Amino acid sequence: MKKTTTKTRLIWAGITVVVAVYALFPVFSILATSFKEPSDLSNGKLLPTNWSGVNYEQILVGDAQGLFLTSLRNSIGITLISTAIAVVLATLCAYAIARLDFPGKKLVLTTALAVSIFPVISIVTPLFNVWRTIGLYDTWLGLIIPYLSLTLPISIWTLAAFFRQIPWELEQAAQVDGATAWQAFRKAIVPLAAPGVFTTAIIAFFIAWNDFVYGISLTSTEAARPVPAALAFFTGASQFESPTGAISAAAIIVTIPVVLLVLGFQRQIVSGLTQGAVKG
Amino acid sequence: MSTPVDTKPSGRRRADAGVGLSERRKAERRLGWMLAGPAFVVMLMVTLYPILQAVWDSLFNFRLTAPGDKSFIGLQNYGVILTDPVFLRDLGVTSLITVITVVVELILGFALALVMHKALKSVRGFVRTAILVPYGIITVVSAFAWFYAFDINSGFINHWFDWLPGISEDTNWFAGTWTSLFVIMASEIWKTTPFISLLLLAGLAQVPDELTEAAEVDGATWWQRMQRVILPNMKAAIMVAVLFRALDAFRIFDNVYIMTNGAYGTEVLSLLAYRTSIGRLEIGLGSAISVLLFLCVLIICFVAIKLFKVDLAGNQGGK
Repeated sequence: MKKTTTKTRLIWAGITVVVAVYALFPVFSILATSFKEPSDLSNGKLLPTNWSGVNYEQILVGDAQGLFLTSLRNSIGITLISTAIAVVLATLCAYAIARLDFPGKKLVLTTALAVSIFPVISIVTPLFNVWRTIGLYDTWLGLIIPYLSLTLPISIWTLAAFFRQIPWELEQAAQVDGATAWQAFRKAIVPLAAPGVFTTAIIAFFIAWNDFVYGISLTSTEAARPVPAALAFFTGASQFESPTGAISAAAIIVTIPVVLLVLGFQRQIVSGLTQGAVKG
Repeated sequence: MSTPVDTKPSGRRRADAGVGLSERRKAERRLGWMLAGPAFVVMLMVTLYPILQAVWDSLFNFRLTAPGDKSFIGLQNYGVILTDPVFLRDLGVTSLITVITVVVELILGFALALVMHKALKSVRGFVRTAILVPYGIITVVSAFAWFYAFDINSGFINHWFDWLPGISEDTNWFAGTWTSLFVIMASEIWKTTPFISLLLLAGLAQVPDELTEAAEVDGATWWQRMQRVILPNMKAAIMVAVLFRALDAFRIFDNVYIMTNGAYGTEVLSLLAYRTSIGRLEIGLGSAISVLLFLCVLIICFVAIKLFKVDLAGNQGGK
């Protein structure tokens, strides 16, 4: 083991600053914009002249409240429900893949792979038409279903990778003790698998939270429109004002959950993504 | 990278050892499909069914504005699209964005992966957390952040860089093809490089330390170690990362929609499909574009797997 010299410390401090600026500057830039007063927007500087909360007021309690808060509720509801469904289905599926011997295992994995590279826009046109016919257009369910095409494949991979690392002797021991395969799964494995399931849920949440194509194509009103799509429809306080400030403030609010999850679970997310991608 | 060799699932060993072998195997198969079945069916329902519907719809002259006039026209929609200069231009723009972003992201992502891999314990957590922020952020938010930074009214980039030739206070980045594409690609690269760097990090972690150490003892320079030991050992990881990102970049939509909405020759295929079917309600034509886009993705995949021997399924089923 080489000793850490002052020089390497300094080099690493430098690299860390560069990476931090790369990763965080655009976020900081829109954060700064969100605190600019409307008259200050074109000041040509990064920072606002006066830090003002007027944009947040507008979207949280002001005229843009209806537009933003309903879309925020839609986003949270639709994303959480589709994440939950995906994680439950993927947990069962990944368990079977990691653990059981059955014909068609490869088929399931290849399908997951194929679905994950599927161009979303290719699905949108037929769904748009069918949803209008059967009444799912502009509803929560009408988004939850297609969101599964985004969240399910990556959940299956990530979980299959996690499950392959679980000490399965425990399950065998439970089966020797007379438990059925299902009991062994539920009692011995679920507690061990929970961290992997949780990580998968975070990754699936990010992906569903990020969606724009479905959100903008399969909704037409505030009944189901999620935040990313709503941002594209924001208008200024009056027709002469640009919605820049309001959009920036809304963008910051929907970024908060992302930042919190990343801060709290950095290690798990990195291991989930790397394992799922390479081994899954 | 896990070995592409299929290790025998332990389930088989267990079954072989037991008595009443076939009963046990049958029960296991049944349970396997009971557990994997629902996810499998849902995946088919949300992708296979719509794409088949799209193939069917693409054979009709079908506009939602005049649903009564729906008529079967065979492959005519494809003829219209493939001879349309707009489609060809959009295909070109999409391919260009794909190639440039993937190349830049590969280099940048590799640098970031090295940083994450080698970082001192004291800063490793911070570095990884910072890199995950762009990964988790909404693409639309990224698009707005970059758009507002460069925008002629609300931006500050023009002021910061007005000492560079060609940039002044009046530079309107979003009034020209190349300048618009530059910002669009910058946002795309910023947002998706963390993903590629995590894939590469996984590859890096699997290069045996003994190999690099041996090379170092033998007096190999950093560059030689990189070239002769590390890169060849993570070739598979690089290929998978490139393929995934290329397929993802080819679907680019959000950044273009927010920044230019396809103006000034920046339209991409996904946006063309969206405007045709959702905007103009030409379901027949839009479906045909969707099918063509899907075929493009299949071709990229096929070429990568055949030409570069990217072993996706091997990694999938392996271990």
